[in-house]
Amino acid sequence: MAELRAPDECGVPDPAPFMHPIMNKNYGKWVFHSHPKPGVLYHRAASGDELWTVKCGTARQMDLYTIRLLCDIADKHSDGHLRFTARSNVEFGLTDASKIEPLIADLGKHGFPVGGTANSVSMIAHTQGWLHCDIPGTDASGVVKALMDELHEEFIKCEMPNRVKLSTSCCEINCGGQADIAIIVQHTKPPKINHDLVANVCERPSVVARCPVAAIRPALVNGKPSLEVDEKKCICCGACFPPCPPMQINDPEHSKIAIWVGGKNSNARSKPTFHKLVASGLPNNAPRWPEVGAVVKNILAVYKADAQPWERIADWIDRIGWPRFFEKTGLPFTKFHIDDWRGARNSLNASTHIRF
Amino acid sequence: MAKKMHDTPNLDQLESGPWPSFVTGLKREAAKKDIMVDLMGQLEESYKTKKGFWKGGTVGVFGYGGGIIPRFTELKDANEQPMFPDAAEFHTIRLQPPAGMHYDTKTLRQFCDIWDKYGSGLIAFHGQSGDIMFQGCTTANVQPAWEELNEMGFDLGGAGPALRTSMSCVGAARCEMSCYDEAKALRTVINNNIDDMHRPALPYKFKFKFSGCPNDCTNAIQRSDMATIGTWRDNIQVNEGIARDYMKSHGMDKLVNDVISKCPTRAITLRNKAEAVTSGSISTVAVDDQHVLQIENHDCVRCMHCLNVMPGALLPGKDKGVTILVGGKSVLKIGASMGTVVIPFMKLESEDDFEALNDLSRNILDFFAENALEHERTGEMIERIGLVNFLEGLDIEIDPSMIVHPRTNPYVRMDDWDEEAEKWNERKSAA
Repeated sequence: MAELRAPDECGVPDPAPFMHPIMNKNYGKWVFHSHPKPGVLYHRAASGDELWTVKCGTARQMDLYTIRLLCDIADKHSDGHLRFTARSNVEFGLTDASKIEPLIADLGKHGFPVGGTANSVSMIAHTQGWLHCDIPGTDASGVVKALMDELHEEFIKCEMPNRVKLSTSCCEINCGGQADIAIIVQHTKPPKINHDLVANVCERPSVVARCPVAAIRPALVNGKPSLEVDEKKCICCGACFPPCPPMQINDPEHSKIAIWVGGKNSNARSKPTFHKLVASGLPNNAPRWPEVGAVVKNILAVYKADAQPWERIADWIDRIGWPRFFEKTGLPFTKFHIDDWRGARNSLNASTHIRF
Repeated sequence: MAKKMHDTPNLDQLESGPWPSFVTGLKREAAKKDIMVDLMGQLEESYKTKKGFWKGGTVGVFGYGGGIIPRFTELKDANEQPMFPDAAEFHTIRLQPPAGMHYDTKTLRQFCDIWDKYGSGLIAFHGQSGDIMFQGCTTANVQPAWEELNEMGFDLGGAGPALRTSMSCVGAARCEMSCYDEAKALRTVINNNIDDMHRPALPYKFKFKFSGCPNDCTNAIQRSDMATIGTWRDNIQVNEGIARDYMKSHGMDKLVNDVISKCPTRAITLRNKAEAVTSGSISTVAVDDQHVLQIENHDCVRCMHCLNVMPGALLPGKDKGVTILVGGKSVLKIGASMGTVVIPFMKLESEDDFEALNDLSRNILDFFAENALEHERTGEMIERIGLVNFLEGLDIEIDPSMIVHPRTNPYVRMDDWDEEAEKWNERKSAA
């Protein structure tokens, strides 16, 4: 057996050798930016150096042909440099404004949508789903592809009141993150336990400890050590499934999709906010999830028509109030929208501030 | 030549439409690679049955305890044989990107060549923690693929109960809002604590994230156990030429409605030039020949809104630094929670400053390692033990900027009130 090679624990690479030279030269010395058109940014440094950025969307999970194609485009137009954004868009840096249109034309020719800047609906941050996750209730790449097809016009145009960020998560753990509109699988039934497997597969005390509502307890089933769930207490969160796969939470029929709105991480204007539940019970209807698309598009259309310039979805709802949000979107308000988790009373209205 | 493709009527539907299709990408690789043919077979089965079919396991590389996400198929026939044997193992190698996710094409092409040789041909730029994800590798190919990636100067990312891969925004490389060197801060903190990434031994995951300003483009406040967010503490800088340009192209209505009235703390006023107020804490900029915009910086909460609306006309101050928040996390035990301010302001310019950031991050990691329960995130630990215990454990002085408001609950023992009040008075007189 050949000797194993010890790793070189080199850590995070220095970005300087990878950056476009003009970014290196003016690092920390930028003074102005503007937005000449959708998908294009302009930055100016104190030195007077200028940089144009052209942004395009990707499928995030890309084959080698696509990555090499992006490299060809970067070699041809942006001096062999590019960068990715947190939402898997690609940015090409140009030092010459005359290169913008040829680059956009090339990207268009190869099917890369140019946009995602300023007041657009950006690419959806998402998780792994059926492609690679071990606990997914739905796909993520598929939901995102289907939805971005529907929202394509809003990506390539900048017609929203402010920027709109979306995320998709294939279970309630929500690795996709907080967003203006978040699409998240919601389990609706307690786990189905395969008692034959629990003793062999699961470390029972850690599964018991994982439950946020103490609904799981050890039990002897058919003479074997297993676990049982108090189904009245269970909130169907799925937290027991990762450490104990025999507690199957995913369900082809009863794993539904919920929509949450008004999350933002920016501190601009209001403090950062978490997204809030607005719709649930949508079917996990692969491969196009039309019911999810309809709800998202409806919320976006109402926001677009009603919000003031610079209002994010959270700012807009702050101004109009939740009753009007449900009225304007036509979404039903149910008892499930009223929080009953720890600290829930902080979300109840303890004032006479009511809009009529 | 790869084996015959499986029928994938569901996935085929995701090839139409204007957005780039990952399915088209999968098919291109499947034309060359058996692993991708069978991956598509299994994925189609998930679309049909609405169930996932992967389970984890233990696959790693020599010398490390984490960084590989093992995936084994659970789709087996009656004889316990994989229904899609060529994708029975489909592991992911997590690789840390250069800070800010900048690349040159030489590097990307090298990634492609390595993944052509050892993997499925599928790469995700990037995972939700920032890793480059080389998706789809057999157990046997993980080690040689890793060795070639490592020889390029790249290192594995985090997985499991460990320090995780980090993210920083584009920041100083291209953004005038940047208040510190984000890439340097990220590399200082991660590379000095890299042992905790490669050999998982923490109670649970720990994430650092770095944003250059309160716009927080990496979502550090919600998605990291320790968020380092750029800010400043002196007056907003102004540029009269750009402010006048804004006024010329946007007009008075937009200045009033979009800038002044959306200031969350009403720190901005518009005045006739003759009535402008002068004070050391006020930023003043003329927007036309009659009017000046004035910002009372003591009232400003550095929310970024006016800077975002009038880029270049208003800029962060000169006395830049960072605010540090601890305990942001997503769901499970206590629901989603934001990071809490623990250091309202620290400078981050000199080597000593970066060393102080490094010491702070090491101390927080150590405190977390010693005091959190198994599978408990930092935010949950702080909720359980209380912020004051956390701060005392780290020897961080309390500050009113850490709270939204003082306690409303009177049920508390306050035996040491006089001593605590004295501490505050001493700090005030020493300042």
